[in-house]
Amino acid sequence: MKRLNLFSELREAFAMAINAIAAHKLRSSLTLLGILIGVFSIIVVMTAIRALQGNIESNMQQLGSDTFQMQRFPAIRVDDDSESMDKYFRRKRFYYPDAASIRERATLAKSVGVSADADVGAVASRFRKTNPSISFRGMSPEAFETQNYSVAEGRPFVESDMSGSRNVAVLGADVAKKLFPFGSPLGEWVQFKGVKYNVVGVLEPKGSMFGRSQDEFMVVPITTVLNRYGRETSLRIQVQAHSQSVYPDTLEQVRGILRALRKVPPGEEDDFEIVSNDSLIKQFRTITLAVRAGAGVIASIALVAAGIGIMNIMLVSVTERTKEIGIRRAIGAKKRNIMTQFILEAVVLSEIGGIIGIVLGIVAGNLAAAALNTPPVFPWDWALIGLAVCSVVGIAFGTYPAWKAANLDPIESLRYE
Amino acid sequence: MPLIQIHDLTRRYVMGTETVHALRGVTLTIERGEYIAIMGPSGSGKSTLMNLLGCLDSPTSGYYELNGVNVAHMDDNDLAEVRNREIGFVFQSFNLLARSDSLHNVELPLIYAGLPSAERREQAVRALTNVGLGDRMHHRPNELSGGQRQRVAVARALVNDPSIVLADEPTGNLDSRTGEEILGLFEALSRKGNTIIVVTHEEEVAQHARRIIRIRDGLIAADEVNPNPRAAMKFAAGGTSMVAA
Repeated sequence: MKRLNLFSELREAFAMAINAIAAHKLRSSLTLLGILIGVFSIIVVMTAIRALQGNIESNMQQLGSDTFQMQRFPAIRVDDDSESMDKYFRRKRFYYPDAASIRERATLAKSVGVSADADVGAVASRFRKTNPSISFRGMSPEAFETQNYSVAEGRPFVESDMSGSRNVAVLGADVAKKLFPFGSPLGEWVQFKGVKYNVVGVLEPKGSMFGRSQDEFMVVPITTVLNRYGRETSLRIQVQAHSQSVYPDTLEQVRGILRALRKVPPGEEDDFEIVSNDSLIKQFRTITLAVRAGAGVIASIALVAAGIGIMNIMLVSVTERTKEIGIRRAIGAKKRNIMTQFILEAVVLSEIGGIIGIVLGIVAGNLAAAALNTPPVFPWDWALIGLAVCSVVGIAFGTYPAWKAANLDPIESLRYE
Repeated sequence: MPLIQIHDLTRRYVMGTETVHALRGVTLTIERGEYIAIMGPSGSGKSTLMNLLGCLDSPTSGYYELNGVNVAHMDDNDLAEVRNREIGFVFQSFNLLARSDSLHNVELPLIYAGLPSAERREQAVRALTNVGLGDRMHHRPNELSGGQRQRVAVARALVNDPSIVLADEPTGNLDSRTGEEILGLFEALSRKGNTIIVVTHEEEVAQHARRIIRIRDGLIAADEVNPNPRAAMKFAAGGTSMVAA
């Protein structure tokens, strides 16, 4: 008997909501500030993490494809108490012959590389000198592949460099550029801590992570490093599988070999760490998960507080507009219409705060990310979640005031001054 | 069939430990097109009767048939619909939405009736033009004089083409000249066949009606035809000429 025109009703309620919010600008802005802060805090964290994550994960491809690495210490330590550090320090080191044993026994492995970060210092050419922050690494020829180093110019190491422990070097892109700005470094000499090395190769640049260049290093044969720095130098052994499909088997085989070599009794945990690109990314995600969860908790608390603020202001609004409610009821508004109007007002109030919070959060999150040299991101999913949460807050905290408004006695309301 | 049939209508209010008998059994029949004044001193029960007639309230007991439908025991939702469709209210203090312009105020009942917006606009414009405010459609209440506000309220009451116009002290907040103007408007509406019920305590206002019902202590004390209803004074820009349409 009656045409239901929901759209009309919603539009009326929406117009009235905007009207009512605009009529009390200061009050409305203070109320939506709470929502704004809650949404802002979650969006800024999510944006920053998203921006960093993309960057870090691409940079975490430090190892070659289908490659894993054995080392004494975990790649990322979350707990930093000395007790757990002791556990790692008590572990046996990796020695150069271990790599040979693995190479010999690991039938599934394509190649086994060895590398070590032996020292840090300044490198000099006959033209210039670098900052004293250049990493001095030792590597076996296989490690170029397992560590994803590609040679831009010249050659990697060969077997005779190893067997002769020769003083040859491959330069990281930044070091080559710094020391030889005008020409090719190939055939030139560089000097590190008083020893001269003949440059045989230059690597492709790897870019930067967390604003730090990843190309500030020089590489010499691992045997040269061991001669100079001693057999006790902490080594990393990297194993590349033939393909993704045999990767798990390869990993298990190498694990078994290493346990046998290091005499780990059956049933005890490994006394070494195995890291891969995946395990690094996974660990990174675990850490950021904690940050995200923290941000989520803070945002939830802020949003509940903000919701209470909204409820408070809506209750005031209902009291102030008792007369209006009476008029609307007298001319035919049902309880449902009044409910819709006031809930929508709470939702609109909440959404305005939410939208501003999302915009500011994305801007601030990207600024934080930009400070660490990462490209900007727009987290659509979180923006939508933010809007949805705002609606939920508006509905959750607007319902009681709206219910109160709808259940006012029309006669009493009309008489209200 | 009469427009309104009321039989033995009572309304009690419980206030703490005390029960107030506002209406003690009112029986009344109103025909379509009547112009009625309901009179009575304060506390007589006339406001209660008006609230019941206007479907703002439900009786404690009794029978109320409006336009062939028993509305005595309807629930809140149905009453809202009846108010929307059958009753146009005009209040003493105008009761317009302060932040909305005349047009929107007049459109409001149509919004709740669920009319599409073009139709709404058209009817609201017509209603405002009929009360002589065609040039004040986008003025807010605070930009209008008291008489103009009351005319907006009358336009709002009429826009849905209701069965009854129910006016509660419609001239109470107006000076006598403007009050006459509004009463002139009612007369014109009555001549056009609208049913008008004016609730008032002013004898002068009541004298414009063709039937006067006097309430006292919750009962009808007198219900008589007014032999010579007073005609509203005519003004150059008065109400009568404006309801020509």
